[in-house]
Amino acid sequence: MVPLPYMMALSAIVFVIGVAGFITRRNILIMFMSVELMLNAVNLAFIGLASRLGTMDGQVIVFFVMTVAAAEAAVGLAIIISVFRNRETVRADELNLLKW
Amino acid sequence: MPMGLFWFLAVVTVIASLGVILQRNPVHCLLSLVVTLLAIAVIFIGEDAVVVGFLQAIVYAGAIMVLFLFVIWLLNIGADTGPSGHLALKFFGGVAAAALIAELLIFLLPPHLKVKFAGHSATYGSIESLARTLFSQYIVAFEITSILLLIAIVGAVALARRGPGSQLAKSASGSAPAERVL
Repeated sequence: MVPLPYMMALSAIVFVIGVAGFITRRNILIMFMSVELMLNAVNLAFIGLASRLGTMDGQVIVFFVMTVAAAEAAVGLAIIISVFRNRETVRADELNLLKW
Repeated sequence: MPMGLFWFLAVVTVIASLGVILQRNPVHCLLSLVVTLLAIAVIFIGEDAVVVGFLQAIVYAGAIMVLFLFVIWLLNIGADTGPSGHLALKFFGGVAAAALIAELLIFLLPPHLKVKFAGHSATYGSIESLARTLFSQYIVAFEITSILLLIAIVGAVALARRGPGSQLAKSASGSAPAERVL
């Protein structure tokens, strides 16, 4: 079995890549993909820990995370389509209606 | 899971996830994300989470990614500019990312995290054990999740469809497409 620190390190690296993508990209869709990356990094940590603790709870949590991610993707993409229809852009820095 | 396989999958995961945030074309980003998700699914299967691994491949790499691809196609998005922003923003973003990864590694690596391998039965990770946990201990959360999905479906449809007013107004007046209401 793979040592736990390797799993956790991989999870941390993927999570930070997701954070960096969310900060640096301006395309809403790619920011969304970065969020999915972060969710998957956390799933990786859950699965690694659940497998070592010998309980099913971590796997059930991952199941719920995937469900919530599906709901989030559906609503988020609907919002993106709605915003694009009104503003004709998907760049986050051009959506400045609420900017003070 | 053999260590060689884990290293291969870890390298694929990291390179593909870097591809998600560094490539310019959103479709290429999405394809990198699919590679990442499939590699993570194989890691799940190697970690005795067989059902969750297959669900990851089917639901995530299949359904959700097709939804993303459909939206990219629908909005007709061309090449993006890649990671953008001021140089200072990039610099502080890099510093923040490095600080975060250092913090996470310090916290997650031994000696802070001590988990003994408890050992598990032969049916661990099977669909039966997942279902027994899901439908006994987590039944309330399961039902709440189903309501959440229902709300999400209704909300997505309500958000994404054109309002009845705008369509009628446009066809009635025959012009003035600028009359789109938020």
